[in-house]
Amino acid sequence: MGQKINAGKFLKFYDKFGIIFILIVEFLIFALASKNFMTSDNLFLVARQVSFTGIAAVGMTMVLLVGEIDISVGSILAFTGCLTATLITKQDVPMGIAILIAMLVSCVFGLTSGVLTAYLQIPSLICTLAMQTIIKGFTYLLTGGSSISGLPDNFKYTGQGFVLGFLPFPVIIMIVMFVLGFILLNKTYIGRRVYAVGGNKEAARLSGIKIKKVVMGTFVASGVTAGIAGVLMAARLGAGQPSIGSDFAMDVLTATVLGGVILQGGKGFVLNVLIGSFIIGILSNGLVMCGVLEYWQWIIKGLVLLFAVAMSNLKTGKQK
Amino acid sequence: MGNDILLSVKGLTKRYSGITVLDQVDMDVYKGEIHALIGENGAGKSTLCKSIAGAIEPSSGTITICGKSYEKLSPAEAKASGIAMVYQEFNLVPEMTVYENLFIGKEIRKGPFVDTKSMKEQSQKIFKEMNISIDCESKIKDISVAYCQLVEIAKALLEDSKVLILDEPTAPLTNNEIDILFKVLGRLREKGISMIYISHRLEEIFRLCDRITVLRDGAFIKCMDTDQTNKEELIHLMIGRELSKEFPERGDDVDYSKAEVVLKVTGLTNHKIRNVSFELKKGEILGIAGLVGAGRTETVRTLFGADSLESGEISVKGKRIRIKNPATAIKHGIGLIPEDRKREGLMLSQSISSNISLVVIRDLCKGLFIDDKKEKNLLKDQVELLQIKAGSLEYPASSLSGGNQQKIVLAKWLSTSSDILIFDEPTRGIDVGAKREIYDFLFQLREAGKSLIVISSEMSEILNLSDRILVMYEGEISGELSYQEATQDGILTLASGLK
Repeated sequence: MGQKINAGKFLKFYDKFGIIFILIVEFLIFALASKNFMTSDNLFLVARQVSFTGIAAVGMTMVLLVGEIDISVGSILAFTGCLTATLITKQDVPMGIAILIAMLVSCVFGLTSGVLTAYLQIPSLICTLAMQTIIKGFTYLLTGGSSISGLPDNFKYTGQGFVLGFLPFPVIIMIVMFVLGFILLNKTYIGRRVYAVGGNKEAARLSGIKIKKVVMGTFVASGVTAGIAGVLMAARLGAGQPSIGSDFAMDVLTATVLGGVILQGGKGFVLNVLIGSFIIGILSNGLVMCGVLEYWQWIIKGLVLLFAVAMSNLKTGKQK
Repeated sequence: MGNDILLSVKGLTKRYSGITVLDQVDMDVYKGEIHALIGENGAGKSTLCKSIAGAIEPSSGTITICGKSYEKLSPAEAKASGIAMVYQEFNLVPEMTVYENLFIGKEIRKGPFVDTKSMKEQSQKIFKEMNISIDCESKIKDISVAYCQLVEIAKALLEDSKVLILDEPTAPLTNNEIDILFKVLGRLREKGISMIYISHRLEEIFRLCDRITVLRDGAFIKCMDTDQTNKEELIHLMIGRELSKEFPERGDDVDYSKAEVVLKVTGLTNHKIRNVSFELKKGEILGIAGLVGAGRTETVRTLFGADSLESGEISVKGKRIRIKNPATAIKHGIGLIPEDRKREGLMLSQSISSNISLVVIRDLCKGLFIDDKKEKNLLKDQVELLQIKAGSLEYPASSLSGGNQQKIVLAKWLSTSSDILIFDEPTRGIDVGAKREIYDFLFQLREAGKSLIVISSEMSEILNLSDRILVMYEGEISGELSYQEATQDGILTLASGLK
């Protein structure tokens, strides 16, 4: 019985400060374990690495808030990167237009998953699993399996450049996306509807909310944010890489759940997801810095996702 | 009936983060008695029962079962000591048979195989003891709510329970089914089984119970023998003040024959209802009576666009409209306060404020953005109007009592400018005080020129609130009565299809 009370207290503590606590502990561990970790150069690199995950996590937050899931983000990341690279290097499409086309395509991918989930009632896990494979197929058709390099410097700047000489450009985009996500979810009626659908679908429907449209919209958001991350990633790598993104959905999902968005929907705060993204980003970077074998990194990341989901479920279970 | 004390609660107190929800409560349950536990919502009935059943841990006090005292009980200890709680929401598996449900988790086995034969035999024995006939092999989904409840009770008996806790067992039942249930409970009492009976329906308590314990605001108020009290005293004890009357005064008769027809439905038909036609006049309350499953809820859901419509016409204020979904219904000024507020009315985990402003959120916006000031004003108005009692509007809706939750759903719809409001069982599971407040609202809304449809299974509500009554039977309208000509018998005759 005594243990039970402690478990309750622990969950309460975790709910309030858990992720900040994890972030700090993680930070301290790596700072002590590797002397290269705490250099300002490395920290900005971490921030840049985090931004790709973070940007897509904004969209993932919305999908989870309506009680669905999107695991196709990794394929979308790879496809949009390759598409932009192909358009710029092989079709001589101006950079701006190439990016715009990539955005439109990622939007269509999201829309497809959304329609299949909301209107055909295919469970989103299955639907986006299928989409992941389908989009991967398109990526390899487009590239023939080899990376597409030769991107111009001004495009590469969006992934590699520093604003004011120190702030990586993708980090700025990530901050913008989180601000937009925060405003959309917390300051507009659209956000209220997203939360309402996740909170109780039937009550939302009887309150005049077109739940299918809302669900569809969140998949579009997830597609577009994954697309943005994809374009930036191509710029960062200086090439469209068809093979990237296999762990991306995993990272994005872990960041979102660590950030306190519950899988059942209706609950979660997007700015906490930013912290979740940093936890994941620092973990990847710190493990590399400490020379941990990549295979071990996979195992550790898998365990972190299981931990995050377990904590989230225990928390919601308690509140019932 | 001997006066052996089977269960004794002393000084039981429960605090949640500083708020005392149960304050030094004492209660004794004798062997073989039905002990009513009454009080308004939030009085602490559920907390007390959950403590006894081991579902929550009291802050102080003792619980003594058959002479053994506990400061806290685990659910397993409570079960082993013979306490069984029959929950309002049934814990039965619809796709499995009655006997399989009875033995879930404790199947009788022969080696690795389940012994179907002895499970069936034991099930039949239990039902025989209860003196009811249920086919053990029918699936739960095919038997009525009342029988599901009896199966739940049988489940408890199978575990050799000595004290059954029944929480509002009659809420979903029809009158006939209540009779069956009461017979079973009476029989169990004769066999020496004790029961704690929670109900808001005082008539039932006088019919069934031996003693009554009243709680108010978490405190023990009084325990008395049923034959030494009356309804008025109980209400007085529960709410702690005189309650003027159960229903508000009806006021002068209004002639609705010349009133504007705000809603007209003709030949509404789908898989649950057939050829339903009626008119709703401006400023009138139209009651819909009928047995559970007669198609009342389906009628209003169809008209609200929540269920699909196969054929039929709907016109609002003389204009024929096509209602595809609730959103279109709302656009045409129709609102529906659904029957099951937890499942259909509220987002329980979300704040009271976002629940209230959900339907009108678009009107509270400048462009895309919510105008916080406008929203605050709306919330303030609604909280005052409905006298919603909440610590903060940012608390989740689940933190409120049943009556206040229902007020949140009302507030959500009163925020809209809907002229036609449909109330499906508006007072289900809420206490006497809050009921009266809701009745007053219905009359205020009528006064303000709104047109209301009220569905209720409580005969007194239908008779006292409606200006006109439609009665439904098996998906069709079986009759229409003005309130002057309506009687309980008249309505029941139509509701059972006898005319």
